[in-house]
Amino acid sequence: MRYLDHAATTPMRPAAREAMAPYLGTVFGNPSGIHAVSRRAKNAVEEARERAAALLGAAKPLEIVFTGGGTEADNLAVVGAGIARSGRGVVISAIEHAAVAESARFLGRLGRDVRVVGVDAVGRVAPDAVAEAAGELGDPIVSVMTANNEIGTIEPVAEIVAAVREAAPEAIVHSDAVQAAVSEDVSVRALGADLISVAAHKLGGPKGVGLLYVRDGVELEPVLHGGGQELGRRSGTHDVAGIVGMVAAMEEAMSDRDGFRRRVGAARDIFERTVVDRLGEVVVTVPAEVRLVQHCHLRFVGIDAETLLVKLDMAGIAAAAGSACQSGAIETSHVLRAIGMEATAAGECVRFTFGWPDDEAAGRSAADAVVAVVETLR
Amino acid sequence: MRALVAMSGGVDSSVAAALMLDAGYDVVGVTLKQWEDPDGTLPSAGCCTVADAEDARRVSAQLGIPYYVLDHVEDFRRNVVEPFGAAYLAGRTPNPCIECNRTVRFSALLQRSEELDCDLLVTGHHARVTRDERGYHLWKGVDAGKDQSYVLHMLGQDQLARIRLPIGEVTKATVRDIAGSLGLRTATKPDSQDLCFVGEGGYRAFLRREFPQTAAAGDIVDSDGTVVGRHGGTAAFTIGQRRGLGVAAGERRFVIEIRPARREVVIGTRDDLLVDGCIVTDVSFVAGAPPPTRTVEVKVRYRSRPTSARIAERGAGRWEVRFFDPHPAPAPGQAAVFYDGDEVLGGGIIDGIVRR
Repeated sequence: MRYLDHAATTPMRPAAREAMAPYLGTVFGNPSGIHAVSRRAKNAVEEARERAAALLGAAKPLEIVFTGGGTEADNLAVVGAGIARSGRGVVISAIEHAAVAESARFLGRLGRDVRVVGVDAVGRVAPDAVAEAAGELGDPIVSVMTANNEIGTIEPVAEIVAAVREAAPEAIVHSDAVQAAVSEDVSVRALGADLISVAAHKLGGPKGVGLLYVRDGVELEPVLHGGGQELGRRSGTHDVAGIVGMVAAMEEAMSDRDGFRRRVGAARDIFERTVVDRLGEVVVTVPAEVRLVQHCHLRFVGIDAETLLVKLDMAGIAAAAGSACQSGAIETSHVLRAIGMEATAAGECVRFTFGWPDDEAAGRSAADAVVAVVETLR
Repeated sequence: MRALVAMSGGVDSSVAAALMLDAGYDVVGVTLKQWEDPDGTLPSAGCCTVADAEDARRVSAQLGIPYYVLDHVEDFRRNVVEPFGAAYLAGRTPNPCIECNRTVRFSALLQRSEELDCDLLVTGHHARVTRDERGYHLWKGVDAGKDQSYVLHMLGQDQLARIRLPIGEVTKATVRDIAGSLGLRTATKPDSQDLCFVGEGGYRAFLRREFPQTAAAGDIVDSDGTVVGRHGGTAAFTIGQRRGLGVAAGERRFVIEIRPARREVVIGTRDDLLVDGCIVTDVSFVAGAPPPTRTVEVKVRYRSRPTSARIAERGAGRWEVRFFDPHPAPAPGQAAVFYDGDEVLGGGIIDGIVRR
């Protein structure tokens, strides 16, 4: 099996698994309790919080809110900030992940003003356009992703934050860094945002756990109501093992970011170059300069992506296109529509994404395998 | 040899996949995504639902075969659903399963299966294919009560060479026994009753939603033109229909004609309903040529009894069917399928009726 779908999820790092093991065994306590068993669990969560805060450059550990994954972090950010102030509108880009886009739509159903800012042909959002929309709404929650999960485009989040602060000082800015965190600097310093979402499993941690950085002083209305954990911002018993595993994965990913960029970038580069050179009639969707190092998004002209993906799978190669719907069929991508791609062309695009286990040799052999399959369809 | 099995999530196609595996094929399971509600989700009622795709996926996992959902929404909308609505607007009674088999299942999907390096396309239809020195033959399924050969009449030699219908060789009871013995989760699943895409409320609700003009009210008139009642849209009627006319009359009344332009439904007596033949278009023959005798048994509805008739060519793909005895009028839009005993000879779509 050749796994070229690390943007969907990536294997657990051994360090994360090892860090989690005690919390799946003897250290089973509920952190919310007064006895010794609880205290051990509570300690683990709070130590993880401190380390996560340090990794993201947060001013205080309590700026980190643990959630049940990236989608939940996005919901807490957009919906939580949206309904924390009455009448607050929302500004998002046209290529946000559904977790953000649907949260914005939800605010729309509550009667809030929703502005969707378009992107250019490579998927970049113009800071001025975001700032203008924010200025018109006054105090909106603004959400622009750090990098797109489908085409890999990196957004100028720091510039967007600066422009929004100027045009709408009351606005709250969120960035969904779920896809970017494994290879880009998504710290508070680098992004400048008030709210930042991270998901563990995209970094080599477990599924079903994530975090939201919440700048001190930013008010959030909780979206999950209950026992008041996480200072009332996210009720529900902590997934202690998940939280510990996430932070171990973050630590490894963030301390080896340069190594990742070099190794995985080399895998992606040789893969992309080989596929494009050997096949011809392959179009690179977004130039490498504006794209995540692990991302490759290609259009195979004249080849139906769904057929190609099935054939790749039959040949033991895992890749992706668009997003899978409930039934498992591939949905037409709103991201490709937003960058102005025609439906036919969009239906010929496949995403290949690399991850921490990959290196140049893996990229080269993956290219050989993909070329062989595509050639059977030509 | 590799076989692509079209799996609906029902017991027949589940067992078809199991039988092909048993016969030594590499098997790939697929479900066609044929329709979605306006918000992009699969229908929640009928077949083709998320739950059905899930059943097909789970059965595939149980059998240890790869499984995919393939998107044929555009094909299906263009070739099946739009003509379905247009036919009702024209006062016809279409059979969308036939158009689906003609344009999607045994056309687009057959092509798909070749692209995926599959040697055969397999479905769970109750019908049989055999081969002898004259070529391929299509037959009614072994289980007469479940026979689906009517909706497969358009298949020709080229297609029959590339498909397998293993379920036609056994009875429904055997299918369920096989599924049960393999522990397949679909073993006791009820047969689907409705069109796969119409969802909750059946085809009338679907037409009202997707083709609102079909719900325009009009008059019910007698054969002499007297208005005897009102109706809520001609799409609710089919030729020969007796129930649901909402008209009190001494003698039993039947729908004998639908006049879409005037939105009139014409009713008459059983005698008024009898006709001598019909005109059939889009005619094809399984063997590639009509039977030399030009004498066939013809079925003009999925569940009607065959009647003897002579057929005569009236143009390209256009044939006249002459019943030996006067026959209740068939509904334009339905298929006229020609049989010789249990063998399917061919058929086409009824375009009009013939009175002597």
